[in-house]
Formats: sequence, structure tokens, C-alpha cells
Amino acid sequence: MTLVDAAPLRAGHRPVSVLRLIACGSVDDGKSTLIGRLLAETGSVPDDQLDYARRTRRGGSTVPVGEVDYSLLTDGLEAEHEQGITIDVAYRHLDLPSGRRVIIADAPGHEQYTRNMAVATSTADVALLLVDATKGIRAQTRRHLAVCALMGVRTVIAAVNKLDARGYDHVLYEELAGGVRSAAARFDVEDVEVIPVSALGGDNVITGSAKMPWYHGPTVLGALSAWRPPEHEPADDGGFRLPVQYIVRADDFRGFAGTVVGGSLRPGDPVVVAGSGAASTIATVRGPDGPVDRADPDMPATVTLADEIDVRRGDLLTTPPATSGDLEPATAFSAHLVWTADEPLAHGRSYLLLAGPLTVPAVVTTIRGKLDVNSGEQLAARTLGINDIGTVELTTNSPVSLDRYATSRDTGSFLLVDRVSKDTVAAGMVRHPLRRGTNIVPHDYAVDRAARSRLKGQRSRVLWLTGLPGAGKSTIADALERRLHSMGLHTYVLDGDNVRSGLNKDLGFTPEDRAENVRRVAETARLLLDAGLIVVVALVSPFRSDRMVAKSLFDAGDFLECWVDTPAEVCAERDPKGLYAKAKAGKIPNMTGVGQGYEEPEQPDLVVNGAGSLEDTVAELVSKLV
Amino acid sequence: MPVEAEEAIAPEAVLDVLEAEAIHVLREVAGAFRRPVLLYSIGKDSSVLLHLAIKAFAPGPVPFPVLHIDTKWKFREMIDFRDATARRLGIDLRVHTNEDGRAEGVTPFTHGSHEYTRIMKTVALRQALDAAGFDAAIGGARRDEERSRAKERMFSLREPGHRWEPRKQRPEFWRSANTELAEGQTMRVFPLSNWTELDVWRYIKREAIPVVPLYFAKPRPVVERDGALIMVDDDRYPLHEGERPEERLVRFRTLGCYPLTAAVESKAETLDELIDEMRADRRSERAGRLIDGEGGKSMESKKTEGYF
Ligand SMILES: Nc1nc2c(ncn2[C@@H]2O[C@H](COP(=O)(O)OP(=O)(O)O)[C@@H](O)[C@H]2O)c(=O)[nH]1
Repeated sequence: MTLVDAAPLRAGHRPVSVLRLIACGSVDDGKSTLIGRLLAETGSVPDDQLDYARRTRRGGSTVPVGEVDYSLLTDGLEAEHEQGITIDVAYRHLDLPSGRRVIIADAPGHEQYTRNMAVATSTADVALLLVDATKGIRAQTRRHLAVCALMGVRTVIAAVNKLDARGYDHVLYEELAGGVRSAAARFDVEDVEVIPVSALGGDNVITGSAKMPWYHGPTVLGALSAWRPPEHEPADDGGFRLPVQYIVRADDFRGFAGTVVGGSLRPGDPVVVAGSGAASTIATVRGPDGPVDRADPDMPATVTLADEIDVRRGDLLTTPPATSGDLEPATAFSAHLVWTADEPLAHGRSYLLLAGPLTVPAVVTTIRGKLDVNSGEQLAARTLGINDIGTVELTTNSPVSLDRYATSRDTGSFLLVDRVSKDTVAAGMVRHPLRRGTNIVPHDYAVDRAARSRLKGQRSRVLWLTGLPGAGKSTIADALERRLHSMGLHTYVLDGDNVRSGLNKDLGFTPEDRAENVRRVAETARLLLDAGLIVVVALVSPFRSDRMVAKSLFDAGDFLECWVDTPAEVCAERDPKGLYAKAKAGKIPNMTGVGQGYEEPEQPDLVVNGAGSLEDTVAELVSKLV
Repeated sequence: MPVEAEEAIAPEAVLDVLEAEAIHVLREVAGAFRRPVLLYSIGKDSSVLLHLAIKAFAPGPVPFPVLHIDTKWKFREMIDFRDATARRLGIDLRVHTNEDGRAEGVTPFTHGSHEYTRIMKTVALRQALDAAGFDAAIGGARRDEERSRAKERMFSLREPGHRWEPRKQRPEFWRSANTELAEGQTMRVFPLSNWTELDVWRYIKREAIPVVPLYFAKPRPVVERDGALIMVDDDRYPLHEGERPEERLVRFRTLGCYPLTAAVESKAETLDELIDEMRADRRSERAGRLIDGEGGKSMESKKTEGYF
């Protein structure tokens, strides 16, 4: 199998008092009935809700009124269905006779199925997979297994349901059980229990079934009770992981608080901050009830160190040396992404990468392909849309220390967040680091920007003109450069159209290509700034987030965002390049202001009136630049 | 899959996992948001939340204030307990009342329980959050309180104006939360999402957390309204002609505004008795809240308006 690299190992340390279960099945496989029965028969449903399930009947139900229709117990969300509210994942609890708590995550959505399943599987230990015996194994079953495997669920309990409707046919069960096992094996899921059940009749759910004397395995409840986390090898370095969430300060106490996500730590253990490499020794460890002599995985811990070293929220405390193995800081990673936003992935756009308490800007540089969840094949892809699972490469602005997802679900995972809307656009699982931050040491040249600027007798800066096509950006840039040149200043203009005939001639006008266009122009402007020049950029750059990314490359004061604010009617009338006419005729689908929107700057450094006097505009800009 | 003999799991072990999860969430809120606040309703869930906050940041102080929305119709014992708790723990307690609503004479009797709740609780909460610029509000809601809460996020995003927008809710992966906020957005956070009512009581017992005595059975003056037992806590309660409150042995499963909170007949005078009674009594917790039933309004629509 190529798509799933490996599965989390650290899960093995989790306390088994709480088992997190994902329930998956297609509509009408009997998932609600099975979960309802598990809840009711373990005493997890209040009497008034049982009464409701005795009285109420929904279309299609064959359960006689007066008996509990178990499928109604997990329902309660009908009202929301009717109001058009989407239910993403519902969580329910039950206690097994052993005292083990089971938290069931149920992802009923249809449209957003992959996304919701990914959410529910991200914390799951075990998947309960429904197979409808009257329908057999379908593409859905494989899709569920693919997502479970990707997200690191290592144990599958498959319930072959509705066997009552097939005369409790032993041969049929064996056939389906074989089918489930071979499908699971394709995704490297080895721990599979296949149980013949009738959710409706309660056979092999809580108690065994006299109707299937040929079956000798556990019931669903029995399998949940017997579950033990699979044995795992320890991480590369066997070290502990404590991501710092919060710094606790009291009189002369300075403690670093977080949840231990791998390994154990004790007073006296050597410790290092992954990334900075600052080292010390653990002085004390506090658990929820005060000082302890050891903190284990999943425990909240607050540690104090023997030395005063720099530790901040987002830092990862671990066992030295953190410079070997996966925790060596890197700026490029290969990862799987589950895309969760309506807006597709924009190649080259900067997102925020959240890894536990750490936040860094990151860019997806390459899309290697996306997974066809039904076939398990990797398909070529230019972008990722909602519910797509992709394999990508991404780079971060600064080096970060991440594990492989196969090593740790906590320190090997991340979220991607849109910089403007702040929506979560993707969940990421690290496959492996690509480029070690330490391998690229920028060389410090003796002749630097300051020296170059001094020689030219000027302060270098970037003036970024943004606005609708026809707003007057090129005209202003041209007039401004002539004026600056005549004043003896060294300048350069990066004009959108001119750049597109060379450096960016491989790019089109889709939002992704526009993002990449802006990124390249911004990087070029940065080089020219470093060369000591006054750089004028004339670029439509219609998207706020792209301009923010451009700005983020520069120090405050070096970059001036200037909005050339010209009424859209004026631009369309001027139409210097005949673009508006063509767009109106439908010949340019992505034309800004016609087919695509222009996002006005919210807080530009400067605003000039593109319909006003050119002379005044140039005078104003000169005064801001020199 | 390895099948082994079942071994019993102590309820303690489950509580440890739930405690760890809640502490993780509380620390994340304190680390990630500019101005968090803990919403304190004086009930058992709030008492647990406050206790967890103290544990999460010990030996340092709880790094956020505690806010109580006072409708002025709470049980008197609740207010006494609130003030005693603030003194005992030395926390930064803020109390807010919707004075406009009070000036307009809004009561549960004049405006109906739904409208009263909207003005004195929902609007009041918005006023208090806006005035202080709180960007994250921690609450004690649990997923087991009502079936429709099963899908609730731990980090529930609110749009400007505190609107709950179902489409904007963020997927929650692993134990990571996206705590980034766009302009005007705020967050409601529920660290006890995965706790059950019984977990709360077991934890209260294990940690010896003080709770309002109203949770325990005692003879109290009650009247019966539409089958619900209402405790007459002061002389503002409008009695019918010739009606006299009678003393009955009752306790409360949830606490709120006294005219809207039904008592249950019970003999449970201690925590152990209460936990035993809970195991036997199998009704939904919110069955005793009068506002949930009124006018067919679902929890959902109240939440859209900003009810906690
Ligand atoms: N014959 C038979 N029907 C079942 C069984 N389990 C569920 N059903 C029926 O299948 C239909 C769909 O069940 P439901 O639990 O709502 O399915 P869900 O959509 O997967 O939640 C209902 O009419 C159930 O009564 C079963 O074990 N045997």
C-alpha cells in the first residue's frame, strides 16, 4: 500500500479506561440501531428518551409501536436536519460492565463525509464498521477503511448486520468476513474482528445469539471490553514530548505547563528545547494534585527547570539530543492533507500552520497527488478541494520540530488555517521532514543592504500599487519613476504585465496562479530592496491574503501598500488594454472586476485617487518615499 | 485482536482522563486568547470548572476572571454560596445584571420564561462580554445534557454579535484547537464536553468540592405548577388565591432562576445518597428546566441567539 505510510505508535500509551470509537456505515446499514442498542442496554439512555423511542415512529420503521425503536435514540438531530443545520460529528458515551468508558464519535454527514470521518477518526482507537449483509461490501466500506488507516486507527470491529434478513446464513457471513479482511489488509489494517449481528434483534450485540450457533467469537460489547491497544515500538529516540501550552508564574516559581504526549518524564531528567537546543535538567514535576515523581503520557504536567533558559508557549520540551531523528528542526515537510474548507488550496498561498500550541506561516509548495478514496489509487492533482486527501510538500517560514504522524498523533499532526478568515482549511499528517533547517545557513555578506543604500545615497523601499485593471497603476508607476530618476535616485519598476511575459510566463489567472504570481513578484521586490533600490510594483493583486503575504516578507516601514482607488466605471471606460471589452464579451473568464472580485485593502498604508491629478499623486508619493 | 480476560476499571481512572482533557483545554485557552473569562453559574458544573482551573494553573493564580450573570431571580442560597466561594478562593469575581431589563420590569411572570431568559441571561451575557472585550468564554456545558448537544464542539465559534453560525464551526481534530479569531469573532469553550452528570458528581465527591446545599434534600416550601414543584424562595412569587406553600422533602438537579427551576422529591441528603439516587433515577437532567420546554423552542434556536 502506498497511500498510508504507517500508523501512530504512541497510541499504545493511552490509558485504556477510556476507549474512543468511531462508528462508520452508509445510510441505512443499521448504524443508529446498533449504537442505540449499545447505549440502551448498557443503561446509558434516560427513561424519558426510551419512552420517546417507544412512542415515536418514523417512516419506514418496522418496529411495532410500544417496543423501543433503537434507531431513534441517537436521533434527536432530526430537528436540525429539517432546519438545514449540518451535523458534523456527534459524540455519545457509554460505560461497559468493566467500567471502561466508550466515547462514540458518529459522523453522519453525507456531503462532507470524508472531512467528518477524518475528524472522528483523528482521536479514535477503534472503528466500528457496519456492513449490511443484504447489500454486501461496497465502495463505501473501502472508503471508510482508507480514512481509518490514514488517520491511524489500528483496530476495526466490523459488524455484519441484518443477518436476520438473510436467514442467519453462515456461508454469507464467511464470504463477507473474508471480503472485509482483504479490504482491510489493502490498507494495512491487521487487527480486524468480524462479528455477525442483527442490530434489530440484538443478536451478538450485547449477548450471544442462539440463532447463530456456528459463531464462537465475541459480541460487539465483548470486543469493546476486550480491546487492548496494539503493542508499539517506541519512537526513534524514546524520548518524552511536552509541548508547552502555558507558563505558570508564582512568586519564585516558573513552570512550563502542558500535556505529556509521549514518553515519561521525571525530576532529574535531562531536557532540551527542540529547535533552539537550549538544554537543562528537570527540577520538579507537578501533576494535577501537586508534585509527582513521574508524569506519563496524556497527563497534565507542569515542570520547572534547573537553569533559566528561554522557553515559550509553543516550544517542545523533549529528551536530548533533539538534533537527531525527526525532531531536528526542518523548514520543509512531506505531509498528507485532508482539505476541509470550501475554498480550494491555493498553490503558493501562505497559511498559518498550527502544531499544538505552535503557530508558524507555511506555504504548500507542491501537490504530489490526491487519493481516490474508493480505489486507493493516487491521482494527479493541481489543487485540493473540500474532502480531498492529498499528498503535498510544504515549507514553513521558520524551522519547526515535528514528529512523523506514524510516531505521534500529537506532535506529528498540524492544522492549516486561512490567514484572513481564520477558518481551518486542512488537517495535516507529517510523513517526513524534507529539508533540515540547519542545512541552509544564509551566508552573511559583508556588503549588505545598508552599505548598498549608503553608496546610492538613498533609503531603499518597496511601494506596492494595487487596484483594478485600468486604475492607473502603470501610468502612476511610470510618472513616479521618471520623477525619482530625475532626482538622481536609483529605482526599478516591476509591472504585472511585463513580469508575466518573462519570470511568470507559466502562470495563468486562476486564484492559485495569482497567488504564485504575487509571491514571485514579492520575492523579486525583496531582492531589489536588498540591492538598495526604490522598487515600485504595479500589480492588480486582487486578493487581500496574497498582499498580506507579500507584506509579511518585509520589515515594517520597508513596504508601503498603496491602493490606487479608481471607480470601477472609470476603469471600464478607460479600458487602456481593451480588457473590459473582451471580458464583457466573455473572452476573459477570470478578469478582475468582471469575473473575479477585487478585495479592497482594509488598512492600506496609502490611498491615491486614480481619477485625480497625476501630478498631485506623484508629488504625494515622492514625499512619502524620500 | 488480542482477547484477554476483562479487568475492572476503576471509575477513578475515567475521571483522571476527563480531568486531563479539561485541564488541557483550560491551559490552551489561557495561552491562546487575549482576554478569556470563565462563566460561573454557581451550579455543580461551574464549581467543577473552577476547581479544574485552580488545578490547571497551580501554584500560580487562575489567569482569568470569573463572571456571573445575575438575573436577580436566583435562589438566595446560590448568591450566598457565590460570594463565599469568591472569598474562599480569592478569585476575581465579576457580576453583571442587565439593568435595562430590570428597569423595564422584566420578570419570569410578566414576560414569559423564554423572553425573560433572552433578556436577562442572553442579552445580559452579551453586554458583559462586549463591555470587557472578552474574546473567549469558558462554560460548563456537557454533551450528555440533551440529545441535541451531542454534536457540540469544544471550541464553539461566535461571529460578530455573538451569532452562532453552524456553517462556520470548525472541524476539531486530535487535541488541537484552531484558536485564531478573525475581526469580531469570539470563542465559547466547553472543557467538560465529554463528562456525564454522574462523572460530575463523582468528581465532586473525589475532590471534596463544595456545592450549593440546594442539591441536597431538605424540607423546603414548594407549590405545584403544571406538575412541577417550585420552591417559593421569597415573597415575589405570585401565589394563587388561597394557595399556601407546603413543606416537602425536595432537592434540585440543576440550578437556575428559582421560579423556573423544578425541584424533585428526594431523600438524598448526602453525596453518597445523591449518587445512588442518580444511578436509579433515569430521567434526563434538563427535564427539570422549565425554559427548555416552552413554545417548542429548541436549544438550537436559543443558541443561535447567544444563550449559553
Ligand atoms: N432486518 C434488519 N433490519 C435492520 C437491522 N438493523 C437495522 N435495520 C433496519 O434498517 C433501517 C435503517 O436502520 P438505521 O439504524 O436507521 O440505519 P443508519 O442509517 O445506518 O443509522 C431501519 O429500517 C432498521 O429497522 C437488522 O439487524 N436487521
